[in-house]
Amino acid sequence: MPVPVPPALETRAVNKWFGANHANRDVSLSVPKGTIHGIVGENGAGKSTIMSIVYGYLQPDGGEILVDGRALAVRGPRDALAAGIGMVHQHFMLVDPFTVLENVLLGAEGGWTLTRGMARARAELTRLARDYGLEVELDRPVGDLPVGAQQRVEILKALYRGADILILDEPTGVLTPQEADHLFRILRALRDQGKTLVIITHKLREIMELTDNVTVMRRGEVVANVRTADTDKERLAELMVGRKVQLRVDKRPARPGAEVLAVEGLRVRDPSGAERVRGVDLRVRAGEIVGIAGVSGNGQSELLEALGGMLPFAGGRVRLHGQELPSGGLDARSLRGLGVGHVPEDRQRVGLVTGFSADENAILGHHDDPAYNGRLLLDRRAVRARCEAEMEAYDVRPRDPRLPASGFSGGNQQKIVLAREMERNPGLLLVGQPTRGVDIGAIEFIHRRLVALRDEGKAILLVSVELDEILGLSDRVLVMFDGRIVGEVDPAGADERRLGLMMAGAAAG
Amino acid sequence: MEDALTTALLLLDATIRVATPLVLAALAGLYSERAGVVDIGLEGKMLTGAFFAAAAAYVTGDPWLGLLAGMAGGLALALVHGFACVTHGGNQVVSGMAINILAIGLAPTLAFAWFAQGGQTPMLPGSARLPQIPMPGVEALGGIPVLGPVYRELVDDTNLLVWAALAAVPVTHWVLFRSRFGLRLRAVGESPAAVDTAGLSVAGLRYKALVISGLLTGMAGAYLSIAHGAGFVRDMTAGKGYLALAALIFGKWRPWPTLFACLLFAFTDALQVRLQGVPLPWIGVIPVQFIQMLPYLLTVLLLAGFVGRAVAPKASGVPYVKER
Repeated sequence: MPVPVPPALETRAVNKWFGANHANRDVSLSVPKGTIHGIVGENGAGKSTIMSIVYGYLQPDGGEILVDGRALAVRGPRDALAAGIGMVHQHFMLVDPFTVLENVLLGAEGGWTLTRGMARARAELTRLARDYGLEVELDRPVGDLPVGAQQRVEILKALYRGADILILDEPTGVLTPQEADHLFRILRALRDQGKTLVIITHKLREIMELTDNVTVMRRGEVVANVRTADTDKERLAELMVGRKVQLRVDKRPARPGAEVLAVEGLRVRDPSGAERVRGVDLRVRAGEIVGIAGVSGNGQSELLEALGGMLPFAGGRVRLHGQELPSGGLDARSLRGLGVGHVPEDRQRVGLVTGFSADENAILGHHDDPAYNGRLLLDRRAVRARCEAEMEAYDVRPRDPRLPASGFSGGNQQKIVLAREMERNPGLLLVGQPTRGVDIGAIEFIHRRLVALRDEGKAILLVSVELDEILGLSDRVLVMFDGRIVGEVDPAGADERRLGLMMAGAAAG
Repeated sequence: MEDALTTALLLLDATIRVATPLVLAALAGLYSERAGVVDIGLEGKMLTGAFFAAAAAYVTGDPWLGLLAGMAGGLALALVHGFACVTHGGNQVVSGMAINILAIGLAPTLAFAWFAQGGQTPMLPGSARLPQIPMPGVEALGGIPVLGPVYRELVDDTNLLVWAALAAVPVTHWVLFRSRFGLRLRAVGESPAAVDTAGLSVAGLRYKALVISGLLTGMAGAYLSIAHGAGFVRDMTAGKGYLALAALIFGKWRPWPTLFACLLFAFTDALQVRLQGVPLPWIGVIPVQFIQMLPYLLTVLLLAGFVGRAVAPKASGVPYVKER
């Protein structure tokens, strides 16, 4: 009788509390050797927590971790590394000014001077690069590398330390479709060499495409362990959220009206003086959603910020409702007066004052509206009533206007911002990354609100790095690369491969 | 000609003497800030080092025990700083200022209690001060123009700690950029999370850096009280700790540029002493107060205008808290 091979990684009834929050409740899962295992769940489902515990970055409040069938006492990342576990964190754990080589060496220097270790690492990394397609320039500072290459550095770090089990937390969040494909090829090559991989993600498409088995988590608990081949996206989404979810945006064809925004030859410099928008022409009509697709950092953010009044125009002309704006642009306050709503990309830094309560945030930029002011002081009751109404309409939880914005989850923070900008009848709505870090259930809601606003006859300009979102929501898609619009794509029946190439600047529209 | 050379040599000699404690203190700050701990307490640690060095040297009559006591004094305060900022994640600027204020009061108080001489230590006899090192060949070279006087004034009879400060610069450079410890030190000042996930102890590395910082500041203080001076007097550091911090920033947290920044500050200081009461052509005699402003004025100007973008270690000043 053959001896059963123990799983490469197993957790048994692991529990973890963060204060009163039960982040992991009796989490048990098992990852067979030589497979790619997916862990899916919404934000806060506890999927990163369980893997941080396996990696020793967090200490569990109970439960067992087994590697190759042997119980492992993980007191810190050092123990996990020694047991052959490596982890690529969602936010890369790299030292930006260090070279690739120095980053790989850190913690595995091989002697108290660097000379010998460097020579050995250089040889070893060249071999790994050849075997797995993990090419990076070893002597470049990591901070100068594109994110895809930084991720390869993280994988090299783990492999250099002899990892047999590699955990990747949201590995494709920052990658282009091409970079993601490259990553998947690397991961499959690693599996074929006998490595075991665990992928934490909330993107169901990746689970279906890449994994052998999948664990679904919800509110700190494991709700399912299934073979990927035996399930599909809809079923996984339902398990994650706990109810049926509409994954596709449901909308009728747009019926565009008069032109609301016309941009001609717009140029914008970022605060450091670099020209990031280099002559953009675009038009948005009432009753349509125009999406801008692109890899982040190609000028979309600056375009949105300039139209929202946060950066001055450095050239070009902009017409709003047929009225020409002054050549340098207008400030955010004047634009708001002209009916421009702006949901900024970075809600934590720009969209909210996280230390302020929800109701204070609900009137940011409208604090001088007579509706919220008594003769001398703010009318707190009116402010709170307004916030309560918005919370009701947008299903913000918890429904507490006095709670600081930092006390809400990402999705609920985003709903507070969206409510503020959408409920003031904007003629033009600028939206950046509306669902970044937002749960599937909330994404569905936000998409529906945006489409409803469109159907009311508002003009919407949407910037997002999520290709699915751009294609699902937009009536027209413009592709931006290196500060210019390089083409327009019809979202219905768009060829994702060609779109990806356009986003990478390799194909013209 | 001969006169001008002598003047220049005296000026340079004074520059080196003033620069020595600055270099030691600035390097101390370099270790600490490269590890991500802001070290505004250099001044206080230096003052404490000066006091304990002088006190121990006076009581024992042994300058080496004095040096050790001074370094121990600096070390003790560095550990207090570490306990507040590394172990408990306190505000590093507040803790550093607290150390400075503590030292300003504590040193004279202890001096008064132990020696009853108005907050000073008694004057040290020559045997209780750190020795100057005579160099061979002064006589032989004496006859050679230029080289002879240069050797006699600058190299011969130089204090041990001057050589120590000078040696500390290349050593620090090597440690920082060529050793395992230096790699980890720089990493923990830029990205402590990367250090943590690499299986290394963030707190351990920061404590090590603080220990070095404490020892070096103690040494800088000892130089003031038992090498250059002959006893501890109230407020004898007179802002040198802050000047060292400015030199560190001006030197962009790199050993060699920091050395040159220290030399520049020291030179202006030597120059201002030289210029006091001397009538200048066209201008005449400048009031002493204005001349004494020179080094500080230069600091402000350099830091405000000429540093360019001095990028501090990214994690400097930020207590490390694991994110969940």
